[in-house]
Amino acid sequence: MKQNLILAGVGGQGLLALAAVIGEAARSLNMHVLQAEVHGMAQRGGVVQSHLRFSDQPIHSALVKEGTADLVLSLEPMEALRYMPMLAPNGAIVTNAVPFKNIPNYPDDAVVERQIRLLPNHRFIHAVELAKTAGALQAANMVMLGAGAPFLLLPVEALKSGIHTVFAGKSDAVIETNLRAFQLGYEASQAAAS
Amino acid sequence: MATQLLLGNESLAQGAIDAGLSGAYAYPGTPSTEITAYVLRSHQAAMGDISCAWTANEKTALEAALGMSYGGKRAMASMKHVGLNVAADPFINSAISGSHGGLIINVADDPSMHSSQNEQDSRVYLDLAMMPCLEPADQQEAYHAPAIAFALSERYRIPVMIRLTTRLCHSRATITTGAMQKRNAFSLPDDPKRFILLPALARKSYAKLLDRQLDFTRESETSPFTTYCEGTDLSTGIIACGTAYHYVREIVGENCPHPILKIGQYPLPLSLIERMMSECDRVLVFEDGYPYVEGKLRGVPLRSSPIIHGRLSGHLPRTGELNPDHVASAFGLEMPSLHEVSTIPAPRPPALCPGCPHGDTCRALNAVLKSDDAIGKLFSDIGCYTLSAMPPYESVDTCVEMGASITMAKGASQAGLHPSVALIGDSTFTHSGMTGLLDCVNENANVTVVIVDNLTIAMTGGQKSSANNRLADICAGLGVDPAHIRIITPLPNKHDENVEVIRQEIAFEGPSVVIAVRECIQTARRSRSKGGAS
Repeated sequence: MKQNLILAGVGGQGLLALAAVIGEAARSLNMHVLQAEVHGMAQRGGVVQSHLRFSDQPIHSALVKEGTADLVLSLEPMEALRYMPMLAPNGAIVTNAVPFKNIPNYPDDAVVERQIRLLPNHRFIHAVELAKTAGALQAANMVMLGAGAPFLLLPVEALKSGIHTVFAGKSDAVIETNLRAFQLGYEASQAAAS
Repeated sequence: MATQLLLGNESLAQGAIDAGLSGAYAYPGTPSTEITAYVLRSHQAAMGDISCAWTANEKTALEAALGMSYGGKRAMASMKHVGLNVAADPFINSAISGSHGGLIINVADDPSMHSSQNEQDSRVYLDLAMMPCLEPADQQEAYHAPAIAFALSERYRIPVMIRLTTRLCHSRATITTGAMQKRNAFSLPDDPKRFILLPALARKSYAKLLDRQLDFTRESETSPFTTYCEGTDLSTGIIACGTAYHYVREIVGENCPHPILKIGQYPLPLSLIERMMSECDRVLVFEDGYPYVEGKLRGVPLRSSPIIHGRLSGHLPRTGELNPDHVASAFGLEMPSLHEVSTIPAPRPPALCPGCPHGDTCRALNAVLKSDDAIGKLFSDIGCYTLSAMPPYESVDTCVEMGASITMAKGASQAGLHPSVALIGDSTFTHSGMTGLLDCVNENANVTVVIVDNLTIAMTGGQKSSANNRLADICAGLGVDPAHIRIITPLPNKHDENVEVIRQEIAFEGPSVVIAVRECIQTARRSRSKGGAS
């Protein structure tokens, strides 16, 4: 059992926390985990991505090979498209539907959406709305974790306990908000499938 | 045993703590920052068992570590690759003086320049300093590296470099940690003369360093980080250094028919290389960074030498970070992806955060320097404010290396440029800007230095800056006329008065300083909302 993920977003969206929860969930199941992340200059409102691989067998490269990503999980629709060559033939894109426009030449929303919809496996999730419902806009990353969960070879319970571990330093209220956000994202993703 | 999911940097830091570390010094720089940040957060640092600090620059960090080693304790200095340029003097000379307590120098290279102005390979410095170096291939090795390096350092009384690359620094893996060693007690060297590098004494120490090179080579050959895996297909032999080893394993699998020499310690393990060169028709070299090993193997090819392939031969890209796709392609195993590159996404470069104080400073500078008849130039430095090179600001004209803003502005003004303005951050100023300002004062240079003081080292994540709230005093102490040290607050509603201050100081003939003080909005937000969501 092995999964290759590309996590995508823009600096400041909480991508590293999202990666940390998945990594922690896999670690808690005694799987081999490798996760490459971006620190430093690139985080300043620029492109941020993380390669995350886990397996019950030893794995070597922290970087995902082109054409082998099972899932691109993105906090931003245009960012999801940046990693098309990474996708495996049957790979899925699960993305936040709400664009983050901090550049003057952001492409037309409809053009971005159309290309993602050409893929057989895709989900559009209105993460901002659901995060608001959960209680905090910053929890959009956990909404998207929930939305990606049906595609992950990790039990939902392990992901939830990953949220507890990663946010252990925060208040109970924050953890509850993140868990609600996760649940809302999960349900929205399941509903989009049917 | 407990496993933890740690970054390569964190693994190394935990390994150093467990190996009896007593002192850790660094100037932050991507991708090395998390090593020292991790030690600073540790229980041992909080209890005062480990002296740990962000220092003024990499040179002062390494010198402090050398001093701690002189006191018999295990110490390390950490830096990014270009930081080693700043620390090159103590780096090369400490190999001659030698160390006492274990001394390691962690240097993190940044191939592909993710967050740097060049992709220099620190292994090249080994040819100058002739000290041993470990290159861990993964997080678990990064954890073990300090214990091995400290022992090696104490066995030969020599500092040991640990070379890392961005991908290892900033990748997480599950690692298993071991027991904690006791920290060394205070002790002084029993042969203290070797620390006096007067020519007559230095020649002796240098001769001793040269004598030890064979020992260092033998250590590399028997290093736990170096392995020779036998192979049956001798048409090609594989050499893989550090992290490149895992890219190779990812592609060729566990049962590779070719022999593989994994190199994790320098100087080069010569006997193992000779074996591969003599039994294989071709040697394929994988290494992240420069073609350092490949270049040495190519040397002057003899008629009977095997063919050497790698970055220099074009089998791998000459520049940039290595990845598994490059390795697959070198073996002729590339598989084109089913999905083509999408032309839709626009580039999204890093930018100043909305509300950043640097934005207001740059707008004020633009009003003076970028008006139609102005021919002024803005010499910038290393920090977030360099991002103002891009639209919508397009403020800065140069960015070369730490501290260059002030001294380049001085030289340009002496060449005839006016206005000649320097833009430098608070921590870059204390890193290597102060000495340049002293030059300006001594030469009465007609420059205006704008110090953007956001009260933190922002670009690397908000470390403590050396000169918080003391910049005006420092400038006055260096001899700048206090009447021409002006403090402004970079805020949109102060724009007009800030423009006026900058105009006045540019008009002043002589060195002047404008300090723009407002806290980084990232650190301000963090200190306001401790315990906020995700």
